[in-house]
Amino acid sequence: MIEVKNIKKSFDGIKILQDISTTFEKGKTNLIIGQSGSGKTVLLKCLLGLHQPDSGEIVYDGVSNLNMNESDKTLLRREMGMVFQGSALFDSMSVLENVMFPLNMLTNKNEEEIREKAKSVIERVELDNAINKLPSEISGGMQKRVAIARAIVMNPKYLFCDEPNSGLDPKTAIVIDKLIHEITKEYNITTIINSHDMNSVIEIGEKIIFLVTGEKNWEGTNKEILKTNIESVKNFVYSSELLKKVKKHL
Amino acid sequence: MLYIDDIGRYFLMIKMSFFKPSKWKIQRKLIFKEINDLIIESIPIVAILSFFIGGVVAIQTALNLSSPFLSKSLIGFATRQSVILEFAPTFMSIIMAGKVGSYITSSIGTMRVTEQIDALEVMGINPLNYLVFPKIIALLFYPFVITVAMFVAIFGGFIAMTFAGVPSEAFISGIQMDFDPFHVSYAYLKTILFAFILATVPSYHGFYMKGGALEVGKASTLSFVWTSIIIIIVNFIITQLLLS
Repeated sequence: MIEVKNIKKSFDGIKILQDISTTFEKGKTNLIIGQSGSGKTVLLKCLLGLHQPDSGEIVYDGVSNLNMNESDKTLLRREMGMVFQGSALFDSMSVLENVMFPLNMLTNKNEEEIREKAKSVIERVELDNAINKLPSEISGGMQKRVAIARAIVMNPKYLFCDEPNSGLDPKTAIVIDKLIHEITKEYNITTIINSHDMNSVIEIGEKIIFLVTGEKNWEGTNKEILKTNIESVKNFVYSSELLKKVKKHL
Repeated sequence: MLYIDDIGRYFLMIKMSFFKPSKWKIQRKLIFKEINDLIIESIPIVAILSFFIGGVVAIQTALNLSSPFLSKSLIGFATRQSVILEFAPTFMSIIMAGKVGSYITSSIGTMRVTEQIDALEVMGINPLNYLVFPKIIALLFYPFVITVAMFVAIFGGFIAMTFAGVPSEAFISGIQMDFDPFHVSYAYLKTILFAFILATVPSYHGFYMKGGALEVGKASTLSFVWTSIIIIIVNFIITQLLLS
């Protein structure tokens, strides 16, 4: 579980995050949603420790970021897995090598153990047939699955996903969403997904935080978001013609 | 102010690249890969350029030694001095700033653009140690490249003079004439400094670049410009200190 308490963050005097407090629960897929520029990525980077909040506190399973030194932060990062928007796979390495990479770098397991562990995770994301291919030789959806495999191979406590289905067709996007959701349950991890895709919100949003210009405007579940009366949330949720038509039938 | 900020960040980058080292097993692989990419793969282009430039230096020297009172051995002497003191260490380093420097900037810059560096940071890996340190170590072998350049350039001069009808004995006695071993030490001292510049300045431009694919190209160009300028300035300072 990650607790966020009164986080503020500015860049060059411009307020990006304004007093955000919330809780991301363990074993659930937590979504941060909002329009572009609403502060989703900055909040995610604060949670990852890539940005230091100007004020406020982030508590990771009872351990506050304010009490951590550099080596504690390094150890914490080893408990985090991250799926980047563009997958961020190492392009000179094969699928297997990409997944083996964190194990090679951060554990003292022998080569055989590392290979077996990486293969089992690759099987879990159903990419056994692409194990020796380079990232450039596989599709965007497969790259996302490799990124997920690499993120979970170290058995992280926290999984962060930055727009995991951007650039994917709707069907593949749902497959990726479901995979992340299943993995969250199987590994019982705290998953935080940064998204502006309404399909993801409806499919897997067990807890949703809606940001508007750096402020938390609303929070609830995927069922609640469809029934909310808050205008800004309604405008975001029913921004497409398709969803407006769906709303009429609700 | 902007340049002072850059200089500070450059030295911090160098410091950080020696911290939180990766496992030796991984580091060794990376160093061998960099030695192959930066050193071994540079030798053919260095050899070709050195051979022909050595030949041109010898021809131009011969052209200016038209007086019958001047010994032909002076061609070998002038070729050796030009090659050892300046051509091999300095001008070859500027050429390498184009080849090796652009490669370093574009490869690290592409990793920045595609979030691969962020991925390393999130994993708790020091990206500077992973990316820059192996390049610094690999370029410790750069004097080997310059040695090749020295030998091939003098050999190029010898071949050019053989075709021009200069007796080979005269050229060989010229390259042995008034040999001062300190000139070689001076050349290698410069080479080691240039190697460090070649590894770190392009890394800095790649690592701290911002933007997309277009900016990777711009960063490579900027890296070449700054690496060349720094090499020329360091060359002047070292020459002033050691030879003036």
